[in-house]
Amino acid sequence: MEANTRSTGRLPAAFLTPGSSSFMDFLSEHQPEMLPGKRQLPPTQGVVEAPHGTTIVAVTFPGGVVLAGDRRATMGNVIAQRDIEKVFPADEYSAVGIAGTAGLAVEMVKLFQLELEHFEKVEGATLSLEGKANRLSTMIRSNLGMAMQGLAVVPLFAGYDVDRAKGRIFSYDVTGGRSEEQGFAATGSGSVFARGAMKKLFRADLTEEQATTLVVQALYDAADDDSATGGPDVARRIYPIVTVISEEGFRRLAEEETSEIARSILARRLEQPDGPRAALL
Amino acid sequence: MSTPFYVSPQQAMADRAEYARKGIARGRSLVVLQYADGIVFVGENPSRALHKFSEIYDRIGFAAAGKYNEYENLRIGGVRYADLRGYTYDRDDVTARGLANVYAQTLGTIFSSNAEKPYEVELVVAEVGTTPDGDQIYRLPHDGSIVDEHGSVAVGGNAEQISTYLDQRHQDGMTLAEALKLAVQALSRDTNGSEREIPAERLEVAVLDRTRPQQRKFKRIVGRQLERLLGGDGAADTAADSDDEAEAEADSGTDATDSTGSTGSTDSSEES
Repeated sequence: MEANTRSTGRLPAAFLTPGSSSFMDFLSEHQPEMLPGKRQLPPTQGVVEAPHGTTIVAVTFPGGVVLAGDRRATMGNVIAQRDIEKVFPADEYSAVGIAGTAGLAVEMVKLFQLELEHFEKVEGATLSLEGKANRLSTMIRSNLGMAMQGLAVVPLFAGYDVDRAKGRIFSYDVTGGRSEEQGFAATGSGSVFARGAMKKLFRADLTEEQATTLVVQALYDAADDDSATGGPDVARRIYPIVTVISEEGFRRLAEEETSEIARSILARRLEQPDGPRAALL
Repeated sequence: MSTPFYVSPQQAMADRAEYARKGIARGRSLVVLQYADGIVFVGENPSRALHKFSEIYDRIGFAAAGKYNEYENLRIGGVRYADLRGYTYDRDDVTARGLANVYAQTLGTIFSSNAEKPYEVELVVAEVGTTPDGDQIYRLPHDGSIVDEHGSVAVGGNAEQISTYLDQRHQDGMTLAEALKLAVQALSRDTNGSEREIPAERLEVAVLDRTRPQQRKFKRIVGRQLERLLGGDGAADTAADSDDEAEAEADSGTDATDSTGSTGSTDSSEES
């Protein structure tokens, strides 16, 4: 259904009613069936099979934050897609990376982007970074019914806080619980291995370039031990998606830049398959 | 017993139109002009928080003269319409023509319905194309008609005189600085023909810039960039070179000072 299919073609009253600056609030009053969380699911036996996206990592550095994700989507033991994109800009100063059911996650991101843009246009000002993180929390919570049937979406949200002049990371659980992470964070099936790698490699004084290398190293380690995470695919030229959010706003690294990072890591790993070693003491 | 007073339909509509026109005429005029790289909106607005121009969607901008609470309502309705349409279909499926139609229907229904007072607003909906030929500008008077405009358009109190002035002087392919200066000249002419100066801080200026790399083409021009364009030795008029710094400035500026949520105040009341 569409705005101008009503008899007179004028804007329906809901459009002209002053009220919330939230697009989701508007939608839930005007066309609730379009909201992802409002759908009724038929009862099913067991888990629904759908492509799942996997590992997302984020790391802060002085001046910003890096958010990156691998490119694999799996369905059971099958690789459903080799070049899926799981990291998206949410607005000028934030980005969201998604792990979980790919179809639902992409829809959630689309709605989240729109939510932020809508607020910005209506109010003439952007939401605070905390405010954005809370909106995402609400959206995940509304997906709880699906999550209980195995269709969970668990994003990682990273952004540059203009007021505090630093990069920040928020992680979530399936119930919408939100927690701010210090330094680095990971979500998805390979997150355990990625987090281990980042723990050993992270330092507080990373440069932007080092931070981008760090996330690709972490994704490599995740792919090394988790079959659902894809490593850099040199033959097909499929490399992780790496994004940087800083004072200048959101920037996605070009394919040449990520391929260079991935290739230099690969070259080192040919000699040291387990990657760089941290000091014992 | 008194018999109901008979008013002929012609008279009733004429009265309503008169009422709306008077309301619009109390607000200050604004102009919308095409230039080489897009469309520029220029108006005199002493308030920095209550905007006359705003973004509706990626390529679509909105301008309004008249009563603030009424056009603010229409503006938010337009944003909701555009966002819902883009969410339902695709971002490319949101067009100025569609939006102008919905606005026209809305204004028209309100105008001819006896239950509501006519809106005292005149709107402009503009969409920037990938080339100047693709630019679209629609003017929507209070009664629900749509006028497809080319080159330049003026709405508000002194609109007729200003559009005549603009029609004679506006050319295709003007630079942003040229178009902006022409717009300010047009706005600073009073009804009696005399000229007055409008300082830069009383101007509200926004562009739909087709050369902007971002998907969203709407941008406010404020502060140093505006002064540079108005001071214009011609060096600063390629929007690209000054884009970045001015943008950072503009963004932080709006973030800090805006509170468009306020209600009820009208154009005319602030200006009198």
